[in-house]
Amino acid sequence: MEHVRAHVLICAGTGCVSSGSKKVYAALCEKLTQKGMDKEVKVIETGCHGFCEMGPLLVVYPEGVFYVRVQENDIDDIVEEHLFKGRIVERLLYKEPVSLEKIPNYSDISFYKKQMRMVLANCGHIDPENIHEYIAVGGYEALARALGEMTPESVVDEVKKSGLRGRGGGGFSSGTKWGFTRNAAGDKKYVVCNADEGDPGAFMDRSVLEGDPHRVIEGMAVCGYAIGADEGYIYVRAEYPLAIKRLRIAIQQAEDLGLLGDNIFGSGFNFRIKIKEGAGAFVCGEETALLASIEGRRGMPRPRPPFPAVSGLWGKPTNINNVETFANVPQIITKGADWYSSIGTERSKGTKVFALTGKINHTGLAEVPMGISMREIIYDIGGGIPDGKKFKAVQIGGPSGGCLPEHLLDLPVDYDSLIEVGAMMGSGGLVVMDETTCMVDVAKFFLNFTQSESCGKCTPCREGTKRMLEILTRITDGNGRQGDIALLEDMAKNIKTTALCGLGQTAPNPVLSTIKYFRHEYEAHINDKKCPAGACTKLAVFSITDSCKGCSLCKKACPVAAISGEIKAKHTIDTIKCIKCGACMAKCPFKSIING
Amino acid sequence: MEMVNVTIDGQKLQVPKTATVLEAARIAGVKIPTLCYHPELRPEGNCRVCMVAVAGARSLVASCVYPVNDGMVVNTNTADVREARKTVVELLLANHPQDCLSCQRNLNCELQSIAGDLGIRKVRFDGERKNYPIDENNPSIVRDQSKCILCGRCIRACSERQGVHVYSFANRGFDTVVVPAFNQGLHEVACTYCGQCASVCPTAAIVVKDDTQKVWHELSNPGKHVVVQTAPAVRVALGEALGLEPGAIVTGKMVAALRRLGFSKVFDTNFAADVTIMEEGAELLDRLEHGGKLPMITSCSPGWVNFAELVYPELLDHLSTAKSPQQMFGALVKTYYAEKTDVNPQDIVSVSIMPCTAKKAEAARSEMNSSGLQDVDYVLTTQELAAMIRQAGIDFNTLSNEEYDAPMGIATGAGVIFGATGGVMEAALRTVAEIATGKELECIEFHGVRGLQGVKEAEVKIGETVVKVAVAHSLANARLILDKIKKGDCDYHFIEIMACPGGCIGGGGQPVSSCADIRQKRINSIYECDKCSQLRKSHHNPAVTELYENWLGKSMGEKAHKLLHTHYHPQNRC
Repeated sequence: MEHVRAHVLICAGTGCVSSGSKKVYAALCEKLTQKGMDKEVKVIETGCHGFCEMGPLLVVYPEGVFYVRVQENDIDDIVEEHLFKGRIVERLLYKEPVSLEKIPNYSDISFYKKQMRMVLANCGHIDPENIHEYIAVGGYEALARALGEMTPESVVDEVKKSGLRGRGGGGFSSGTKWGFTRNAAGDKKYVVCNADEGDPGAFMDRSVLEGDPHRVIEGMAVCGYAIGADEGYIYVRAEYPLAIKRLRIAIQQAEDLGLLGDNIFGSGFNFRIKIKEGAGAFVCGEETALLASIEGRRGMPRPRPPFPAVSGLWGKPTNINNVETFANVPQIITKGADWYSSIGTERSKGTKVFALTGKINHTGLAEVPMGISMREIIYDIGGGIPDGKKFKAVQIGGPSGGCLPEHLLDLPVDYDSLIEVGAMMGSGGLVVMDETTCMVDVAKFFLNFTQSESCGKCTPCREGTKRMLEILTRITDGNGRQGDIALLEDMAKNIKTTALCGLGQTAPNPVLSTIKYFRHEYEAHINDKKCPAGACTKLAVFSITDSCKGCSLCKKACPVAAISGEIKAKHTIDTIKCIKCGACMAKCPFKSIING
Repeated sequence: MEMVNVTIDGQKLQVPKTATVLEAARIAGVKIPTLCYHPELRPEGNCRVCMVAVAGARSLVASCVYPVNDGMVVNTNTADVREARKTVVELLLANHPQDCLSCQRNLNCELQSIAGDLGIRKVRFDGERKNYPIDENNPSIVRDQSKCILCGRCIRACSERQGVHVYSFANRGFDTVVVPAFNQGLHEVACTYCGQCASVCPTAAIVVKDDTQKVWHELSNPGKHVVVQTAPAVRVALGEALGLEPGAIVTGKMVAALRRLGFSKVFDTNFAADVTIMEEGAELLDRLEHGGKLPMITSCSPGWVNFAELVYPELLDHLSTAKSPQQMFGALVKTYYAEKTDVNPQDIVSVSIMPCTAKKAEAARSEMNSSGLQDVDYVLTTQELAAMIRQAGIDFNTLSNEEYDAPMGIATGAGVIFGATGGVMEAALRTVAEIATGKELECIEFHGVRGLQGVKEAEVKIGETVVKVAVAHSLANARLILDKIKKGDCDYHFIEIMACPGGCIGGGGQPVSSCADIRQKRINSIYECDKCSQLRKSHHNPAVTELYENWLGKSMGEKAHKLLHTHYHPQNRC
C-alpha cells in the first residue's frame, strides 16, 4: 500500500468543473511533479461538496483545510506554503458573510453546521470513479447483508418500517411501493431509477450520481432483490454527461467485482443495470412517460391504473424510484429502520437534499433532517439574502410547488406541512426571492415552463396552461382585466382536477400559491397598473429625482435619446420615448433614477 | 364473465369486472360525452371530456380509461363534473377556428355537438389560435391541422387498425401537432390513402378531398356526355348520410337521384366487378394450372395496392394483374360503350361514386389510360354524392326507385358482394369452381369467408383440388398474412385483401360514423342485395357474356390484357 502524507481533494462536480476545477487539478499535479512531491501528496478528484457558490473547492487532508474559489494561479501558494511549509493560505479560506471570520475547517462553516449529510455523506470525500473507495467507507455492505441475512420480504418490511417516502415529488411510501411490485404477478420484473431531474434550479440527483454513483446502484440492487427483479434501468438525462460517465464506470467496476451480474455474493441473485439516456423532456420525469421513453416511444404519460407496479416497463411489474430514494436505501439496511425512522418528523423520515438557488448567499446543495424550518435552511445554512435585500418568498417544489411568504418561514419542512400550505416537497428545489422579485412574474415564469414542457397529450395541460400564461402575461404587461384573478383561480381548479398526469395536475400550483399569499401584487398590476417589485418593465415609469447631479451618464446610456438636460443640471426623462430598458438606472452613480 | 357491483348516479347495477367506467355507464343508460374515445381503438384518455366523479378518488377521473371495481360509486352529473367538462371543451373551442357554418363537417362534427350538448355559450379566452397551412397535395385526403383537437384517433387508426404508422404527435405544449414524419405532406410519406384517419376524425381536421365542384362543372357542360358508375358499397351507406337507418338499401333511389343530378347514363360498378371475376378467375386458374406465382392476391382495393407497393414491394408479383372494377369500367366506358353508342370518347366524362378515398388516387395513376384517355375522370365518395344530393335539393326519401342503364348497369349478386370483406373471394369461387369443373355448384354461398373476423381461412374443393384461401380486411390484418408469405410458411392459393375494416363498406369515403355494428348492418344489406339478385354468378351475366363474345374476345386475351390488366411498381416514399 502506498504511503502518502497528504491528500488533496478537488471537487470535480459539474459546478466546480465549470468554474475551473479541471485546470486547478492539472496545475496542481504539474506543480507537485515539478517539486518532486507527487509521491507524498495524493490528488483526488471527488464529487460535489454542495457548496457550489464557492467553487472550485479544494480540501487538504489530514488537516481538513477547506479552500474556496481556488484558481490555477493559487496553486503555487497552496503547494509552496501549505503542502511544503505547512502554513495555511489564509486568503483562500472561506469567510462567513456576516462576521467575515475566516474559517479553515469544513465542519465549522455555517453552511455545513446545520446539515445532516447522510445521502451526500460520501460526496466530495471519495473518488466516485473508484469502487474501492466506496467499499472502504462501507459500500455494498447493505447488499451483502440483504442477500446474506435477509429474505426479500424482510427487506421490503425494513424499508416500509423506515418510513422512507419517495424523494421525487409524490412522497409515496417506498416500502409500500416495493411491496406492490413484489406482490404483482409476473416472472420478469424491473427496477427503474428515475434520474430525469428537470426542475429549474434543481441538481440534487446529478450531484449524487456524480459524487457517489455506487450508492444508487447498491440501492437499486437491494430493491431488485426485494421485489424479484433481475434487471434495472437508470433513466438519466443526456444533459448530465458527467453523471452518465461516472455511472458507466461504476456499473463496469461493480460488474468486474461481481457486485452486479450473475449470482451476486454466491446468493443466486442476478442483477444487471442498463443506462438509458433521456433527451431532456421534462415530462419524462413522470413515471409512465419515462417508461414509454425507455421503450423507445415518445415520452407521454398514460393514465393510471394500471400502475407500473402491476404493468410497467414492457408491461412487466416495475418499481420506479428516484435517485435520492435509492441512495437512502443502503443506510436503512445497514443501520436499520429504527435508526432511520428516528430522524425526521412523525410522517416524514430521514433527510432531504435541497438545491438552494435564487437570491441567497450560499447557492448549493444542503441535506437537512426532515422537520427543520425553512428559516434555518435559508438563513443559517443558506447565509441569508445577498446585498442586504429583504426576503420575499421561497418557491419550493419546482414548477409543481408553491411560493411561500415570510410568515411561513418557521414551518417545519416535511411532506404534509408543505402540501397543507399549497406547496410541495417536490424533488427539492428551493428558489429564494427577494423584494425585487415580482410574484406575478414568478407565476408566469413557472407557467411558461410547464406550458412549454407539456407533452401536449391532454387538453387541460396543453390548452389550459397556455390560457393561464396568456392571462398572466397580460397582467404583467399592464393589460390585466377585472375578473382575471377569479378566472385564473377557476382555470387552476379545473386543470388540477382534469389533467392526466402529475405535471398538469400540479402546474397551477405556483399561480394558486402566489394568488393566495401575494394577491395584493396581482391587484396592483390589474387595478393600478403597477408592479410593486418594480420588476415588470412594461409597467415601469422611470423618473429622475432631485438628487441628480447632472453628470449626463444616463443621457449617454439611453439608447433612444429619451433623456435631456444640461451638464450639472437635473436631467429629465421623456416617458413617451422611454422604452423602459433600465440602462439609465444601472448607469446612474447617485441612484437618482427611480422606477415609479 | 365475472361481474362487479357499481352504483352510477344512484343506480345500482352489475357490470363486467373488466369494464371501464364509461362502458359501465353505457350499460346503465347514462351518456357520458367523449371525444378522443373510439370504441374500436385503444382508449388513451387524452381529451379529458369524459370526466366523472368516483367516490374516494383524489380528483375527477377519465371514465374511458378508468376501470370499475366492486362497490365503486360513480357520479356523472355533479357540479364539478359539469364544470370540468365545459372547461375542457371551452379550451378546445378557444383554439379552434369556429368557422362551423362553412366547415365541411358542419352538423356532422363531434366537437360541435358536444359543445351544444354541454351548453357552452361563451368562450372566455381570446388568445392565440393555432394556424397551420392546409395539406391538400395528395389526391384523396385534406388535412387542416388548425381544426385538429389532438385526440389522437387518426394516429391510433393508422397504426392499430392499419399498421401503417403515418401519423404521430410532435412538438410540445401549445405547439403539439399530429403530423407525418418530419412534418411532410401525406403524398411524401407511406400513406395508402385509405382514409381511415378521416373516418375516425371527430372534426374536419382530416377530410375527404371534395371534388364535387369539378363534377358539377362537367354536368353543366352541354357538350359533355357524363356517365357515372356506383360501387357496390355505396348503395348500403348513402342512406345514412341522408337521414336513413344504417344499412338501408337505397339502390333505386340513388339511381334516380343521379339522373336528377344530370348524369346521362347511370351504370353499376357491379357490371365491371363481374368482368373482374372473369379476368381474375381466369388468371387464378392459369396460375394454378401453369405453376404461376402463388398465392395470388386480389388487387381491387387501391389502399391495399398502395400498401403493397410501399411496404411489401417484394410481393408485388403475387398481386393479380386484373384491374379493379372501377378501372375496368373506366377502360370499357371510353372504348366499348363509346363504340356501341357512337359517342366520341373525348366527350365522355367518366365519374365514379366510391366508398373509397384511395380510388381518387387510383384513377389518377398515370398507367390508368388504356382507352387512350384518362379512364376515370372523377371519383366522388359516398359522402360527396350525399352532399351533391343535398345541394341539388333532392328529397331523397321520396324518390321512386329507378333501374340502372343497360348494358353496363346489368350485374349479378357476385358483383355486389365485392362491397363486403370476403366478397371478391366468394364471387371468384362461384365462377372458378363452375368453370374449372364444368358443373353447377350446389351451394353458392361460402360462409367461411364472410364476417368481420380479421383474418379468415377456408378450404374449398374444386373438383379434385383443394384450394386454400384466406381473407384479410384492414391492413394490420393484411400484415399478418403478408409476413407469413415473406417467411415462406404460407400454403394459400388465393388471398383477398381489403384495406378497410369490413371491406369497402367500411371505406374512408363512407359516412363517417363507422363502427362495427354499423359495418355489420351494411354487410347484411350487401348479402341481402345478393340474395335478391336473379343472377348470382358473374359468368351468368348476359351483358358480360355479350361483351366478351361480340367485342372483347377471350378472358386474358389480347384486348382484355390491354384494357383490363395492369402492373405494379414499388413506391418510394418514406
